[in-house]
Amino acid sequence: MKNKAIAYPYVGWMALFVAAPILIIVFYAFSSAAGGFTLEHFRDMTLYAAAFGRSLLLAAVATVASLLIGYPMAYFLSRSGGWVHRMATMLIMLPMWMNFLLRTYAWSFLLERNGLINRFFSLFGLGPFQMIDTQGAIVLGMVYNFIPYMILPIFSVIEKMDPKVIEAAQDLGADSVTVFRRVVFPLSLPGVLSGITMVFIPSVSTFAISGLLGGNKTLLLGNLIDMQFLGSAYNPHLGSAISLVMMVIVMGCMAVMNHFGDGEQGVTL
Amino acid sequence: MSKELIRLTDCVMAFDDEIILNHINLYINDSEFLTLLGPSGCGKTTTLRIIGGFQQPTSGDVLFDGVRINHVPPHKRQVNTVFQKYALFTHMNIFENVAFGLRIAKVPEPEIQRRVEEALALVNLPGYGKRSVLSLSGGQQQRIAIARAIVNRPKVLLLDEPLGALDLKLRKDMQIELKKIQQQVGITFVYVTHDQEEALTMSDTIVVMNKGDIQQIGSPTGIYNEPKNAFVADFIGESNIIDGVMLSDGVVKMYGKKFQCVDKGFASNEAVDVVIRPEDIDIVPESEGQITGVVTEVTFKGVHYDIIVDFQGFKWLIQTTDLSPVGSRIGVKIDPDGFHIMRKSQYSGLYGDYSSYSDAYDELNEDPEAESDEE
Repeated sequence: MKNKAIAYPYVGWMALFVAAPILIIVFYAFSSAAGGFTLEHFRDMTLYAAAFGRSLLLAAVATVASLLIGYPMAYFLSRSGGWVHRMATMLIMLPMWMNFLLRTYAWSFLLERNGLINRFFSLFGLGPFQMIDTQGAIVLGMVYNFIPYMILPIFSVIEKMDPKVIEAAQDLGADSVTVFRRVVFPLSLPGVLSGITMVFIPSVSTFAISGLLGGNKTLLLGNLIDMQFLGSAYNPHLGSAISLVMMVIVMGCMAVMNHFGDGEQGVTL
Repeated sequence: MSKELIRLTDCVMAFDDEIILNHINLYINDSEFLTLLGPSGCGKTTTLRIIGGFQQPTSGDVLFDGVRINHVPPHKRQVNTVFQKYALFTHMNIFENVAFGLRIAKVPEPEIQRRVEEALALVNLPGYGKRSVLSLSGGQQQRIAIARAIVNRPKVLLLDEPLGALDLKLRKDMQIELKKIQQQVGITFVYVTHDQEEALTMSDTIVVMNKGDIQQIGSPTGIYNEPKNAFVADFIGESNIIDGVMLSDGVVKMYGKKFQCVDKGFASNEAVDVVIRPEDIDIVPESEGQITGVVTEVTFKGVHYDIIVDFQGFKWLIQTTDLSPVGSRIGVKIDPDGFHIMRKSQYSGLYGDYSSYSDAYDELNEDPEAESDEE
C-alpha cells in the first residue's frame, strides 16, 4: 500500500502533463471552431503535403549526416584514452551547456551574406555565397545541435564492448576491416538505432532552427504548427490536427526502428 | 619423439620497469598438451598472448615451424584461441559463431555446413546451430568457444583458463573431455591455468612459472615426484619442506637423525631442502616412530584427514585415513622413496611449513577474478 502511495505524485504528473495535453490535442483536432465533430482539418492538411515531405526529408538527411559524422567520432572516442578522451568528450558536451537558441543564432552570424565565412572567402576573391536561408543551413543547424545525441549512445555501446570479442575475431582470421564489419558494427547497432531516433525526432519537429537559419523561406512542420498557434494563420484546430498526424508519423518511424532493433536482437537473443 | 612446432627464444616482456617475462626459453612439440602453470602474475597469460600474436615480446624471438613470427598479426597465424570468458559473438547464432573463421577463409558453403556440424558434435552439442549463444549455460558456451576455434583446424589451440568460470563438478568433466578432444583431433594444445590439479590431469608437459621465470619443465609425474625447488614442491600439491644436510649418497640428516633416502649426487654435508609429501608419511605408535610429534589440528576432508603435527616446533601436514585426535603423541615412519631432496634455492625457507595452515588454504582458493586482471 505504502509503495502505491509513493507512485501517486507521478501518476498525477503524467496525467497532467502527458495525458491531458494529448487529449486536448485530439479534441481540438477533431472539432471545428464552432464546436462539433469534423474531419475538415485533416482534409485541409493535404495543402501542406509539401511541408510534410520537406520536414521528413530534411530530418532524414540530417540524421544520415549525423550518423556519418558521429559514428567515426564515437568510435575514435571509445578507442582513445587519457586526455584526448577527456578533451574530446568535453568538446562534444560543451555546446550543450549553452542555450540552444543562442547556439543556433551564432550560426546565422557565421553564415550570413556579410558573415565570417563569406568574409573569409572574399579574402581570396571568392563569393559571396548564399548560405543562410537555405535548406542546407537548416540541415547544418540540425546536425550541429543534435549530433551529441548520436555520438553518446554509440560511444557508450562501443565503450562497453568486450575487447576479448574483438581479439577473438582477429584470432579467427579477421583483418581490421572484417572485424569492424562483422563484429564491431553489428554489436554497436543498438547504439546506432537509439542515436537515429534521438536525432530524427527533434529534427522533424524543430521550428527554431528553420526559423533562424532558414529565414522562414523553408516551411517545416514545426513552423507550420507554430504559425497555427502563435502566428498569423491562427487556427489551433488545424495546428492540433497537424501535431497529431506528426505524432503518428514519428511513432510509426519509432515502431519501425524498434521492430528493426528487435529483429537485430532476435538474432542476438 | 615428435617434432618441435613452437619455440620461444630468450623472450623478455617488460612494461616500463616491470619485467613480466624474464628471458623465457621454451619449445612446444607438435601434438602435445602443454600447460603453463603458475600463480597470478607469473607471466603465463602473457606467454600465451605472445604465441597468439596479441602481444609482441620486448626482445627475443618467437618461432613457428622454424620461421620467426614476432610481427605476424593474430589473424595471419595458424593458431586459434579459446578465451577465458568465452568471448562469443552475441549477435550471431551458434552456427554462425562456429562458422566465423571458415567464412573469413572463404571455405565453400557445403563444407562449412559439414565442418560446423562436425565441430558441434565433437563438443557434444550436435544440432545446436540455430540456437542463440545467450540461451546456453556457461559450460555449453565454453564448448562453443572450443568448437569455434577447433573448426578452423589450427596447428595450435591456445586455451586461456577456459574452465576458470565453471563450477567444480563441470570443470572436472570438461578436463577429461578436453583431453579427449585433444587426442581425437591430434593438435597441439597450449593451456594456461593456475589450478595444479587441472594441469596434472590433462598435460603431457607442464611448465611451472613464477614471477616471469620458468621454474621447471617436465611431465606431470616428473614435476610432482621430482620438484626442482621449494616453490614447485609447494605449488604442485602439498609438501612438507624441511632443512636437512646430505651426509652421503642415500643418507640425509634432519632433526639430528639420519634417514635413508634414494637421492644421490650431492656434495657431502651439502645443506638441502627435504620434501616429504603428506601422503608418503605413515603414522605408527610413538615407540616405533623415526621421529615423534604432537597432533595440533585435524580436518576431515572426506577421503582422508588432514592432520597437522608439531615436530619440535616445525609443523607438518600429514594425510591419513586413520584418525589421531588432537593432543595425541604419534610417531611417523617414512620410506626411503618418500624423501625427495632438493638443492637450496631462492625459495628455500619460504614454503613447506604448515604453522599457519589456514592461511595456506586461503592462498590456494585464490579468486579466479583476480587472475583475469593479470594482463
